[in-house]
Amino acid sequence: MSSPPDPDAVLSYDDTLFTPGHRACAGCAPALAMRHLTEATGEHTVISMATGCMEVISSPFPESSWGVSWIHDVFANAAGVASGIEAAYRAFDRTAAEEFTDHDDVNFVVVAGDGATFDIGIRSLSGMMDRGHDILYVCYDNEAYMNTGIQRSSATPLGASTSTSPPGAESLGDDTSKKDMPAIAAAHGCSYVASASIGYPQDFKQKIERALEHDGPKYVQVQAPCMLGWEFDPAEAITVAQLAVETGLQPLFEVVDGELVDVMRIRDRKPVREYLDCQGRFDHLFESGEGEEVIEQLQEFVDDRADELGLDA
Amino acid sequence: MGDRTMLKGDQAVAAGVRSAQPDVVSAYPITPQTGIVETLSKMHADGQLDGEFLKVDSEFNAASSCIGASAAGARVFSATCSQGLKLMSEPLFTAAGMRLPVVMAVANRSLSAPISIWNDHTDAFAERDGGMIQFFAKDVQEAVDTVFVAYRVAEDPTISLPALVNLDGFILTHVKEPVDVPDEAAVSAYLPDREPFATLDPSDPTTMGGVGRPEHWTEARYAIQEAMLRSREVIADATEAFGDQFGREYGLEYDGMLETIGPADADLALVCLGSLSGTVEHVIADHPADVKLVRPRVIRPFPAEQLRDALAGVEAVSVMQKENSPGYQGSLASELKSALYGADTQPAVRSYVLGLAGRDVSHDDVEAVIEETADAADEGHPRRFLAEERWPQLKGDLLEMEVTQA
Ligand SMILES: Cc1ncc(C[n+]2csc(CCOP(=O)(O)OP(=O)(O)O)c2C)c(N)n1
Ligand code: SF4
Repeated sequence: MSSPPDPDAVLSYDDTLFTPGHRACAGCAPALAMRHLTEATGEHTVISMATGCMEVISSPFPESSWGVSWIHDVFANAAGVASGIEAAYRAFDRTAAEEFTDHDDVNFVVVAGDGATFDIGIRSLSGMMDRGHDILYVCYDNEAYMNTGIQRSSATPLGASTSTSPPGAESLGDDTSKKDMPAIAAAHGCSYVASASIGYPQDFKQKIERALEHDGPKYVQVQAPCMLGWEFDPAEAITVAQLAVETGLQPLFEVVDGELVDVMRIRDRKPVREYLDCQGRFDHLFESGEGEEVIEQLQEFVDDRADELGLDA
Repeated sequence: MGDRTMLKGDQAVAAGVRSAQPDVVSAYPITPQTGIVETLSKMHADGQLDGEFLKVDSEFNAASSCIGASAAGARVFSATCSQGLKLMSEPLFTAAGMRLPVVMAVANRSLSAPISIWNDHTDAFAERDGGMIQFFAKDVQEAVDTVFVAYRVAEDPTISLPALVNLDGFILTHVKEPVDVPDEAAVSAYLPDREPFATLDPSDPTTMGGVGRPEHWTEARYAIQEAMLRSREVIADATEAFGDQFGREYGLEYDGMLETIGPADADLALVCLGSLSGTVEHVIADHPADVKLVRPRVIRPFPAEQLRDALAGVEAVSVMQKENSPGYQGSLASELKSALYGADTQPAVRSYVLGLAGRDVSHDDVEAVIEETADAADEGHPRRFLAEERWPQLKGDLLEMEVTQA
């Protein structure tokens, strides 16, 4: 079991693979995730990307932030497109088309938001995993559809306000719990599954590197707060992400061949309300008795999970 | 040249695909296409098909994986129809926009509801505006041969567009005909290796499928239009080269875009697609009227110029089509009328919707259409594009069950 990393660790970036100058909002944590991701995968990478914020901010023709080979097709099929790319390189290896790089020298990577992963693209992802493609699937989880203006996805946490789960006389925000995608990925027989947080970038990068050491499909989900959708000060993205981990709402773990092999232990786990309180999307929960019940529900859920995972240090 | 053997249409198409040696085949079953991908699966299992064979989860990802593989520089194949083609529609439109050649066989079938597995052309026409080259084969041999032509055109570096080879579901996929399937060596002499203009090569990074803003999007769409129009010449060359090498010629006098059968100076003409033209050919062979068959082999790019040539001097023409665009009329008829607008001679044009969802089009049906076409010619108003559409096979008694009876 790992302990919290050194908060003062200095990170390096390779600015040539995901270049600055893109159009993300100031303080966009998903954009930071792109930067760490490409640094970890290196230049021998082909990315297939789903529609979403990270695609739109990085690829307006004739500019591109991508220093690695990159393709976007539609919202739902990033894993299907990557399946074809990976299969093509396998075929090139066999038919000895010399102008093509060897399959083993390429990192095939899917990048998709939580909407593209948990909802519309889950069939594509499931097929990719089922067929055993040698592809790393990275979901940047900002817990809603941000690109279309903050609508709920099945990654949206219980009680969160979004434009399609607004609080009101009959509503306390989103009325479903977050779908357990890592478990779904692990159940597909993925050789490597991990959850990560942009609040712990070193850990995220290491997980990407470790994932790439495995053959077959692998899944890494990185929580990356969206300042616009979650309503917090752009300067606070990392603090908010760290609070999600410190309260246990976002546990960081690794599952290898179906076995839980690592959980980042939390010393003095903070109450969930501290995390909920630092963002605007949960404000309404603090305004009524029913809202307090939702906070209680979330706390119970986290406590149970913490027991299950052995989260507390 | 190979030998002629008795083969079912689906197996013959699969054998043709094998000779083209695709790098990646993506397969998902749907009747009546299934036999094509089943045959390819067996070939792959027997070690006769070298490429990767993806047993995908849906047509949506059959198209998606073909797009990914094509972007990587591969030669790809898939087959589908009907609901499957609809499910592919979203990614397929992007294949045109990204200028990625993807060749597919479409075993044409109607679209639900009501559910029907039988043949018509609703599925192909529903994809009409996606930027895919669309061929229609009249028999099994032509379906096989068109696969090679389709690869040559779609993968031509100056074209680089997806292409659909339409063949009538059941009527062609499930019939045995004597066919000559060219072998791999012959096909590789005809079909050059793919030379993609860009690939997802990690050592030479490219961005494909980014965001197009209003300042650029029009140009991307125009580029598809240009490539489509340009493809007419490539189709002509590819069809001619095919004839030279394999001895089977398809409409060379009309640049491979359409075929005519019957007297060149006929007063009347019937226009139709695919296997229906076989029936029409039989009927006109010993029909007393002076009538010819005009059969487009390609609907995108549209053979407008060739249709004008083929119909010059004709007094009346009837379009027999297995599709209809609700609220207007059959698309083939309306497109023919548009092609004839401003032409030097303008025949009366009649539009017929028949053969929907497997309803058989009999010799009698064709004869009745010929009679009405002759009447239209006799009425002596040749400059008329008749607005009224005829549905000669409609059964009035069944309509009584219609939910919104007026
Ligand atoms: C078939 C289809 N439906 C809807 C959309 C509109 N759309 C584009 S991106 C998006 C949301 C993306 O959400 P997510 O995957 O969570 O990524 P984010 O924008 O949050 O980065 C939606 C709904 C689309 N492009 N395609
Ligand atoms: S809306 Fe959110 S995810 Fe999208 S660019 Fe802005 S901060 Fe990033």
